Amino acid sequence: MRHLMSPLDFSVEELDRLLNLASDIKSNPAKYAHACEGKKLATLFYEPSTRTRLSFEAAMLNLGGSVLGFSSADSSSAAKGESVSDTIRVISCYADICAMRHPKEGAPLVASMHSSIPVINAGDGGHQHPTQTLTDLLTIRAEKGRLGNFTIGLCGDLKFGRTVHSLIKALIRYPDIRFVLISPEELRLPDYIREDVLRKNNQSFREEVRLEDALPELDLLYMTRVQRERFFNEEDYVRMKDFYILDKAKLTLADPDMLILHPLPRVNEIATEVDDDPRAVYFKQAQYGVYVRMALILTLLEVEVC
Amino acid sequence: MLNVGRLNEGVVLDHIEAGKSMAIYKYLKLDKMDCCVAIIKNAHSNKMGKKDIIKVECPIDQLDLNVLGFIDHRITVNIIQDGEIVAKKELKLPKKLVNIISCKNPRCITSIEQGLDQVFFLADEEKEIYRCQYCEEKYRSSSRKKK
Repeated sequence: MRHLMSPLDFSVEELDRLLNLASDIKSNPAKYAHACEGKKLATLFYEPSTRTRLSFEAAMLNLGGSVLGFSSADSSSAAKGESVSDTIRVISCYADICAMRHPKEGAPLVASMHSSIPVINAGDGGHQHPTQTLTDLLTIRAEKGRLGNFTIGLCGDLKFGRTVHSLIKALIRYPDIRFVLISPEELRLPDYIREDVLRKNNQSFREEVRLEDALPELDLLYMTRVQRERFFNEEDYVRMKDFYILDKAKLTLADPDMLILHPLPRVNEIATEVDDDPRAVYFKQAQYGVYVRMALILTLLEVEVC
Repeated sequence: MLNVGRLNEGVVLDHIEAGKSMAIYKYLKLDKMDCCVAIIKNAHSNKMGKKDIIKVECPIDQLDLNVLGFIDHRITVNIIQDGEIVAKKELKLPKKLVNIISCKNPRCITSIEQGLDQVFFLADEEKEIYRCQYCEEKYRSSSRKKK
């Protein structure tokens, strides 16, 4: 039995198979419509999420399975003080697979240590968000036509932005990728990613504060939201939240083929006037997220569709 | 100098920084072992001025001495059998630490989950950096000193 805690849990070859499966699901959805009949997905969401939870639920429903779960800690036994390890032991009796989001970092790992069903990390604090990474990889591969040989700008909250951390860890395994890390000083990439992941792997990267200085050279721009829930101090959040706003004027500096990704939800960091730009693929990204989660559920449940 | 009798089988931990012996007693969980332990504090040392020494009379395989590498690898570990020093154990940083140090990250699951072991893995041997198994928060041992 396998779990998914980090995008690195899959080898590059396994990721290729997963992304191929997701692409096939996109092309032939009817073929997979009954693949998980009789199977149940438990969505254990201890903190609010619209997109990830509904994406998981849509994925399971598309596969003919059913879903159960909770969408906040208040509506679970966690409010009564139940531990993660006890909760997962019980959920293992009710469902065939589970997706867990938790504000505490490492909570899904603890769940996987006590679970008899596959556990998918659907986001743990500011730590990892592997299924967003799978979504990002599928989006890049499908829209850019390749995984490798590009310059990607990661912009915004690089300190607490778990999607950025996970994406960097996944991308360093592909050839010839150059990273431009765009953030204010206070939200720079944590040293465990900069030192242990980028420097340790001799990965090409540089850090910028101004988005305008990086835009002209980018093949991909990955925007992120400054997350209010990661700040202990509201004043710090207010000071940081509108540091970057991508608008049409700034986009004139960018390559006509540059793609704009965003894990969503977006607040102010991308002006709505950008949504109609053909380079904006962040809503398509949400659709790719369903396909890749369908592929992940099939893979972890070891369901083969002929 | 205070004399403590010779061991028949066990270990002598010598060159412990003065005042650190009780911490090591705790790290090695000697308080939970039913064996003879002698702690000598502030013994004279030509090299260190003052030092602590711990003598433990027990089968060597009952002690997890790897943790000493994390605490201070200047400590000399003498293995005693039949009353004689038969080996000196070289101390290295252990690959894994269980319930030796605690994660300081308030966002880590270890801050709320009861009964969860505090597990750290050696992430960078050269820089002596450990990371929490759950949240990857860094822990750098400030007590370790180079020989």
